[in-house]
Amino acid sequence: MLDDLSQHILDIAENSVAAGASRVDVLLVEEDDLGFRVLEIRDDGRGMDAEMVRRVTDPFVTSRTTRRVGLGIPFLKQAAELAGGSFSIESVPGSGTCLRAVFRAGWIDCPPLGDLPATVVTLFAGYPGIRWVFRFSCGERSFEVDQKEILEIVEDPELMRTPPVASWLRDFIQEGLEEMRTGGEVCAQSNES
Amino acid sequence: MPKVTSLEDLRRIKEQASDLTSARSKGKVRVIVGMGTCGIAAGAREVMQAVLAELDKRGLKDVSVETTGCIGMCQQEPLLDIIRPGEPRITYGNLSAADVPRIVAEHLVNGNVVEEKVIGRAD
Repeated sequence: MLDDLSQHILDIAENSVAAGASRVDVLLVEEDDLGFRVLEIRDDGRGMDAEMVRRVTDPFVTSRTTRRVGLGIPFLKQAAELAGGSFSIESVPGSGTCLRAVFRAGWIDCPPLGDLPATVVTLFAGYPGIRWVFRFSCGERSFEVDQKEILEIVEDPELMRTPPVASWLRDFIQEGLEEMRTGGEVCAQSNES
Repeated sequence: MPKVTSLEDLRRIKEQASDLTSARSKGKVRVIVGMGTCGIAAGAREVMQAVLAELDKRGLKDVSVETTGCIGMCQQEPLLDIIRPGEPRITYGNLSAADVPRIVAEHLVNGNVVEEKVIGRAD
């Protein structure tokens, strides 16, 4: 089992990488007032046929016949179901996979969000050539980080692997999420000193 | 409130970072962290964050921090490899974030392998 949602995101995203995705969209919706949270991960990788989709949610089948996929999907499915939620996966061979886990917020077994900035930084640095688009929303407010936007500034994807850029990204996301949750203005304006 | 980290700040990092491009040159040191399901469950992401934080603190810019999937040594995760140009690839295992500052200081900076944490080496 993994400890929290941020670890599940990191883990599931590795599947998208293995599927040859060039773009991965991660959506995390926190509607705690309405009683639910949704995690959706969509990629444009090679996808799976119906038989494979059936298998990947079953750990006893996948652990042997589809070893490359691993235990990540069964773990996430289990986490969602333990939290009174649901799990689904849709895939079209040749065009991509979309995976969705719903949790009941406030349910005793609803996993904590965990360290979301660490997950984003790890994926940007680990796979700088993939367009990662993270969209977090909390009620009516949202915060988005698009690898394309960052890349337009740093120009060279390899710079994502360097400590100053990784450290900047961590702070950027941390502050963006805080602003989103506390209701302040989410702004990307410069604070010239 | 701390100041808002902006895209402008990133532009400034990029501008000051002509030396960052030396990270592309042949002489760069590579740090590779195992990030399979096994690694993540064992704390690999925290190890990676500790590496980035320590490198940033020490101003070590010509280091590339990378990740890899499961390499089959799940029981020894978190795993971290260090490749210094012209030296054997050293694999450290059973790490925690607390081990990172010492490995960065002794191995990356001073070139001395931290033997007690080594689980493998390859040329």
